[in-house]
Amino acid sequence: MRTHARKKAGSSRWTMAELGEADEAELQRLVAAEQQKAQFTAQVHHFMELCWDKCVEKPGNRLDSRTENCLSSCVDRFIDTTLAITSRFAQIVQKGGQ
Amino acid sequence: MEGGFGSDFGSSGGGKLDPGLIMEQVKVQIAVANAQELLQRMTDKCFRKCIGKPGGSLDNSEQKCIAMCMDRYMDAWNTVSRAYNSRLQRERANM
Repeated sequence: MRTHARKKAGSSRWTMAELGEADEAELQRLVAAEQQKAQFTAQVHHFMELCWDKCVEKPGNRLDSRTENCLSSCVDRFIDTTLAITSRFAQIVQKGGQ
Repeated sequence: MEGGFGSDFGSSGGGKLDPGLIMEQVKVQIAVANAQELLQRMTDKCFRKCIGKPGGSLDNSEQKCIAMCMDRYMDAWNTVSRAYNSRLQRERANM
């Protein structure tokens, strides 16, 4: 029984032959954990896209406390905005359906 | 890096696949992708902050600005990362 993982030439997909049931479950668990981490990182990139422009003027020797506070607040206010929009949009859609 | 990206990894000559070894490779690939993303965005932001009217080359002040900008970008990254993590924990605590 072949148990190797082989990368097809020219493709980036792995073909898995045999994985024990326990190993497959373990792998799924580990992959899910990495996906969660990757989602977090992607979100941080997105925050940086918005908050850098809002908070950082001319790059100096260090970030002063005003800039640091601005960056932290920026994250919180963006999340608050997301929540506000989500909830209001739900209301709008609900009213529209009546 | 042992095993490389294209070689047979995670198995020892006909043995079972090792999730741990597979995940090591996965993590490396994710880290590489993240570094590329970081560099691309950092370059964008620092170009905007540091280069005004593009001249014939990068002058001294522009080069210094770029260096400082890179450091500040990473500082900002850490600040944002911490803030986001705190917020997530606060939200979880409220659930």
